[in-house]
Amino acid sequence: MSTSALAHGFFVQAPLFAALGNPTRLSLVDRLCRESWPSISKLAQGTGLTRQAVTKHLQILERAGLVRRVRQGRETLFELDAAPIETMTQYLGLVSGQWDKKLSNLKNFVEQQRAEN
Amino acid sequence: MSDNRIEKRIALKAPISRVWRALTNHDEFGQWFGCQLEGPFVVGTTVRGKITAPGYEHLPWAVDVKQMEPERLFAFTWHPGAVDPAVDYSTETPTLVEFRLESTPDGTLLRVTESGFENIPANRRLEAFRMDEEGWIEQLANIARHVD
Repeated sequence: MSTSALAHGFFVQAPLFAALGNPTRLSLVDRLCRESWPSISKLAQGTGLTRQAVTKHLQILERAGLVRRVRQGRETLFELDAAPIETMTQYLGLVSGQWDKKLSNLKNFVEQQRAEN
Repeated sequence: MSDNRIEKRIALKAPISRVWRALTNHDEFGQWFGCQLEGPFVVGTTVRGKITAPGYEHLPWAVDVKQMEPERLFAFTWHPGAVDPAVDYSTETPTLVEFRLESTPDGTLLRVTESGFENIPANRRLEAFRMDEEGWIEQLANIARHVD
């Protein structure tokens, strides 16, 4: 698939990094990593957050594709979808690798020239 | 890498004045970065150029120069992985790249940070990753040639 096709094939998704760039949502993600299918009430427990606040943060995570919900009877339960996080980690790893190469070029450039002088 | 920014440190066995020149003289920058720039880095301006890596010559390159404190700090913003001529990246929030220099007994300690990745749309991250799987193999070969 060409870059262009890729670029146009996807619509702009909710920014994943922004969804994670909040301490409350990060703590919710942490809870979702450790607990299986918690409810809103369970997630609100011990946090000092209202159910409404938890719901709001979960919706942001859901829009970013980080959280999935299922209905069980009268309750809504939540689960983490780690795939977008892995994509993000891969992306940062890639950019990081690019910098390693550029800086290795720079090191070679300034140290070599010095040796010649 | 954990908090959506990239931080690098590299010790360079060259005086700080030498490193500053390699970073901020646009011809020298192009030599190690692999691009050809149209003009000098001046705070408040956009510097354009093109990538010189074989096979990527058609790709534009541009940064907005934000800060230049001689031998201390050089900062610009850009759009990482903005390599598709068909896409208008100007609507996206750029990332901020900062080079910080510090004198050491052996030369210069350079710290590079790139931040603001939270604003890169998820589709772009995917796109850049797929593209780079192909592109960086060539880059590696270039570097190997340069170093040998």
